[in-house]
Amino acid sequence: MFGYYLDLAWRSLKRHKVLAALMTLAIALGIGASVTMLAVLHNLSGNPLPGRSDVLFHPQVDPRPVDLPGAKDEPPDDLTYIDALNLYRLGIAPRRAVMSRNWLPVRKDAPDSPLAMFTDRATTADFFAMFGVPFLYGSAWSAQDDASHAQVVVLSRAMNQKLFGGEDSVGKTLVIATKTFCVIGVIDDWNPQPRFYDLNDGAFGKAEQMYLPFFTWLDLPQDYGYGPMDCWGSNPEAGGHDPKAKQCTWAQFWVELDTPAQVADYRAALVQYSAQQQQLGRFQRAPNVRLRGLLDWLDAKHVVPVTVRMQTWIAFGVLLICLVNTVGLMVAKFLRKSGEIGVRRALGASRRAIFAQCLVEAGVVGVAGGLLGLPMAWLGLWMVRQQPVSFAASAHFDPSMLGIALGLAVLSALLAGVWPALRASRVAPALQVKSL
Amino acid sequence: MELRPIFATLRKHRIPAILIVLEIALACAVLCNAVFMISLRVGQMHLPNAIDERGISLITVNGADPKLAGSDIPRDLAALRGIAGVTAAAASNTVPLSTNNIGWSFGTSPDTTLSTQHTLNMSMYFVGEGADQALGLKLLQGRFFTNDEYADSKLGSGVLPGIHVAVLTKNAADRMWPGQSALGKTFYSKPNFYQVIGVVANVMRPWVGDEEHAYNAVYFPLAPDGMTSGYIVRSAPEDRERILQQAEQILQKLNPSAVVKGRTFTDIRNRFFADTNSMAWMLALVCVVMLAVTAFGIVGLTSFWVAQRRRQIGVRRAVGATRGDILRYFQTENFLLAGLGIVLGMALAYGFNLFLMRHYELPRLPGIYLPAGALALWVIGQLAVLGPALRASNVPPVVATRAA
Repeated sequence: MFGYYLDLAWRSLKRHKVLAALMTLAIALGIGASVTMLAVLHNLSGNPLPGRSDVLFHPQVDPRPVDLPGAKDEPPDDLTYIDALNLYRLGIAPRRAVMSRNWLPVRKDAPDSPLAMFTDRATTADFFAMFGVPFLYGSAWSAQDDASHAQVVVLSRAMNQKLFGGEDSVGKTLVIATKTFCVIGVIDDWNPQPRFYDLNDGAFGKAEQMYLPFFTWLDLPQDYGYGPMDCWGSNPEAGGHDPKAKQCTWAQFWVELDTPAQVADYRAALVQYSAQQQQLGRFQRAPNVRLRGLLDWLDAKHVVPVTVRMQTWIAFGVLLICLVNTVGLMVAKFLRKSGEIGVRRALGASRRAIFAQCLVEAGVVGVAGGLLGLPMAWLGLWMVRQQPVSFAASAHFDPSMLGIALGLAVLSALLAGVWPALRASRVAPALQVKSL
Repeated sequence: MELRPIFATLRKHRIPAILIVLEIALACAVLCNAVFMISLRVGQMHLPNAIDERGISLITVNGADPKLAGSDIPRDLAALRGIAGVTAAAASNTVPLSTNNIGWSFGTSPDTTLSTQHTLNMSMYFVGEGADQALGLKLLQGRFFTNDEYADSKLGSGVLPGIHVAVLTKNAADRMWPGQSALGKTFYSKPNFYQVIGVVANVMRPWVGDEEHAYNAVYFPLAPDGMTSGYIVRSAPEDRERILQQAEQILQKLNPSAVVKGRTFTDIRNRFFADTNSMAWMLALVCVVMLAVTAFGIVGLTSFWVAQRRRQIGVRRAVGATRGDILRYFQTENFLLAGLGIVLGMALAYGFNLFLMRHYELPRLPGIYLPAGALALWVIGQLAVLGPALRASNVPPVVATRAA
């Protein structure tokens, strides 16, 4: 029966080419626009580290004065140098990483090599294992290297390409901010989006070009800042250029906790640490800690740009308009067939059969609209990628969106078809046959 | 034109009529809000900025030894001023829209500290001699800094200068002292204090979040210092590219260990607004798609109507209606349906706006968007209906005599 309906649908659509084309185009445009927006939203709110996001946690403590005006209850995102150091040494998490970033002048260790600025992430040894960073050559540094302030550096694939033409550069040396560093590893492309581990500079963008041991980095001549700093207090001199100032937060800190018990222990440890700091007089506030998992952290920070969310609503509005439009066109389509339906009814087709036939026709339009909508969505995403926006690179068309687009198209066409089909199935046979 | 027959017909074809109305209503709601969002973005991009945007370039020198700034900067500036076509050059820590921002909060009372509540957060511009010329600042009141003030102002270990003079933008001055002249007044961030010696026309901040705070900026004079690692160079707009290239070469030679990078202000501005700009374009594209879909719907439904009423049209023609009458009939019909849709759409637009206001901090939709959206949909409706209506007007009267 289905095959027959399919055949009927095909004939019917062929007979009213303009109407069929309009319906298909309307669905395709609606699907194209909304799927583009959905894909952007999906990518932006996606899980940056699937598989590892469950075990990564972001601890926060509150070192702010009690009477800081305008201060919200939420502790600062980043840690002061002292707290970062203390929590780093508090070895109860299986893995932990303290980090920050800036940019530094780099040149190859050869006479007359040109100098260029490269962005860097200063962090500790566990960073690579915790975040599952893939290595192309060499390996990460060790905790021993951290402790000994070793002058070693891990390059990104792109920076290795730029400086060494992509060859295995492990063992080569670089001059970074006047000091000589030895390359011990090159990582493959790695840039989880959103950039959950450091949202200070926006959630979407490029990963740093090289990675240095945190404590070695602190020893460098620091005319290049320490990443965004947030300071309070009445002494304007303090925040200036001293990363160790006790009233400035700037260091990101992440821990890996593998079991719920570890999470509970760590949370208790944070409270205990805060209470202890309060007793010592460093913290003025009662323990105010947070320990959010990666995805909770992204949620709390509202990383999806508001503009993108608003645009997604607009896209749904457009999809709705397309639906109403399709309903209208289907009504027109099916009513036009009244005569034909009357004959079929008179020849014994049940209402149910007419209904089914009409729905099949709606489904065919939906599939056609979806198939045409897919390249449109692909085109839409391509256009997003051409834009110089920070999150452009994450506007990919992943296979799941393919299914969603087709499904959405068919579903919306069927939904649009239900009512017109019902109406068509209620056509009185006698009346129509008479007027033929 | 007699409206009654139109209403009578519409009552008979209630469903398609309702669908057209609904479609236009939805399109109106979405269109008004989308165009409003676009206009917010475009508005931000076109905020006035009282500097010579088309003549300015910025060249940054990173990695030079800050201890040598005192001798390096005058030497570099002399070299820059020597390039043919350069009309002015000065050192500065940043320029508008460069995203390189240092904000600080100041108040009007001597006890004002960083942690005081009633303060104004301003972006600080630290500028060297000649910066007013290099930027093309427009002085509204008072004066700019003297050579002595530039020479005496040092940062020390903190980020605030030791000198006690400053120039504010118009907006910052008005916010600090509403309704009064700011000239001669003093503002504070304990233990520092600064007297306002001049007010300049509004210059944007290095980082602009929202329009309300786009202009809160203060200018401090500064002797050559590691902080002022950028050189502002002004020239005729057509000379900028050539001068940038020359300047990069010269400065690189003078500072072999530093990273020298030049950009025109146009480039800086475009980069700053890249996100905003492309978002506006994407929204505009979505609007076009939506209007196209709406128009398709109208074309489809009207075509259907016309086909259904061929006989009726034939009869009307046979009893004396002109082609124009038939054409006008369908146009009027569409006008009425669109009107109904627009009324409904305005209510929807307002509701949608309330939703966006509550969840996404969008401002209230200004009234002007509603009539504008209405007009747009009326025009689109009329254009969409034209084809089918023309076809209807071409129905020959003889159709009336044929059996249906």
